[in-house]
Amino acid sequence: MIRPDAATPVSAEMAETSIGDMIHLADVHKSFGSLHVLRGVSLDVAAGEVVVLIGASGSGKSTLLRCVNGLEAIDRGEIIVDGLRVGDPKALRQVRTRVGMVFQQFNLFPHMTVLRNVAMAPMLVLGQPRDEAEARSAELLVRVGLKEKVAAYPSQLSGGQQQRVAIARALAMGPKAMLFDEVTSALDPELVGEVLRVMRGLAEDGMTMIVVTHEMAFAGDVADRVVFMDEGAFVEEGSPQQMFSDPRDVRTKQFLRRILEK
Amino acid sequence: MDWQAVWDSRSLLIEGVFLTLELAAVAICLGSVVGLAAALARTSRLAVVNWAAQGYIGLFRGTPLLMQLFFIYFGLPYLGVNVDRAVAAIVALTLYSGAYIAEIVRAGIESVAKGQRDAAQSLGLSFPQLMRYVVIPQAGLVTLPPLVGFYISVVKDTSLAYVIGYSELLRNAQSIIDRTARPIEVYLVVGLLYFAICFPLSRMVARLEKRVMATR
Repeated sequence: MIRPDAATPVSAEMAETSIGDMIHLADVHKSFGSLHVLRGVSLDVAAGEVVVLIGASGSGKSTLLRCVNGLEAIDRGEIIVDGLRVGDPKALRQVRTRVGMVFQQFNLFPHMTVLRNVAMAPMLVLGQPRDEAEARSAELLVRVGLKEKVAAYPSQLSGGQQQRVAIARALAMGPKAMLFDEVTSALDPELVGEVLRVMRGLAEDGMTMIVVTHEMAFAGDVADRVVFMDEGAFVEEGSPQQMFSDPRDVRTKQFLRRILEK
Repeated sequence: MDWQAVWDSRSLLIEGVFLTLELAAVAICLGSVVGLAAALARTSRLAVVNWAAQGYIGLFRGTPLLMQLFFIYFGLPYLGVNVDRAVAAIVALTLYSGAYIAEIVRAGIESVAKGQRDAAQSLGLSFPQLMRYVVIPQAGLVTLPPLVGFYISVVKDTSLAYVIGYSELLRNAQSIIDRTARPIEVYLVVGLLYFAICFPLSRMVARLEKRVMATR
């Protein structure tokens, strides 16, 4: 598949901070109290690229994603998203409209219908009129295969359906990049496929994605690059073929053996 | 038993009921506003605001309402601030209930899963939008039963305004007793009147609790 290369429109502030990457992390450090969770992480994700992060739980993958859209403030280093510096309070809301995030626990708003879950942020944050926001949301719900569920409440849906609503909700903001934080880990095995299918479709449409997952088959199919993380740092990265068939580092080998045995 | 004496003084009792209801209603409304503000201040990242709210809540929860009434009505005049009975009663009950309501509301806000905030923030909602559309609607249902429960105790606590001479139900009852020497009859009727106000509210709490359990 051909992806658009890194040549996104270069704005003035981008030119001085990065070289046209959609997401740029340089020497990012993050601690929670005495726990040093990210120890100098650097990563560049080009527009349209899909990067899969793998690693044991506690290795810092989720924290990394949360830093990219400013849910956690970093202690050192820099993160640039689409030319905007994450951590600049003035840019924060703009960053968040450009980066969508989907969580392991779905985090749908339980007191709102599916349609309202999806349409709320475009109305409140982008100022779209209700009709327009709801029409667009309904289209997105068709795209994730949930046309008939617009009037349902989250508690009436299966986990897989809830997660697809969460994806539609993030897409409704028209993001340029999407972050997926172990989005299939809380699902029953038979529901994983429907969520991965939606994510695959997004990747094929050229969405820039950082995906934290334990689904190695999905990573093998969809990732342009796989990055293995351990104890808050990147150990090695490469194409899925190279990473899965010929990992160099002993920690990567051990991790993959443990995962693939399951 | 001589109920005639009570019947003859009914207008005084009715007036007492109204003054009690009035005091309770004003204290509940103002106390709720103060409590909500203090609860939000407690979640503030500004240290000064946070401390001020904590100090207020700690002070008014940590001292007896009776003493607060005395301080405002009998104490403040020594600092050159003269307050009217009704004002003193309202101020004391408002500040006292605000402190308790703040903690009830805060517990409700904290009961909303952290993931809800993550999701709302990642969509770009501002802090006020996050509170208004995501947190408060969910906290509300959980908060209502303890909140109405506390409102009941505010109704009963208005009787403390007796000590500063506010003519609420109990004070008017006492003056009837002084005149008629019929304490049993009068106290029974007064008890019944308080009960008639509070019982429907406690039924409401029970019904709200059932609804909250049903949505879990």
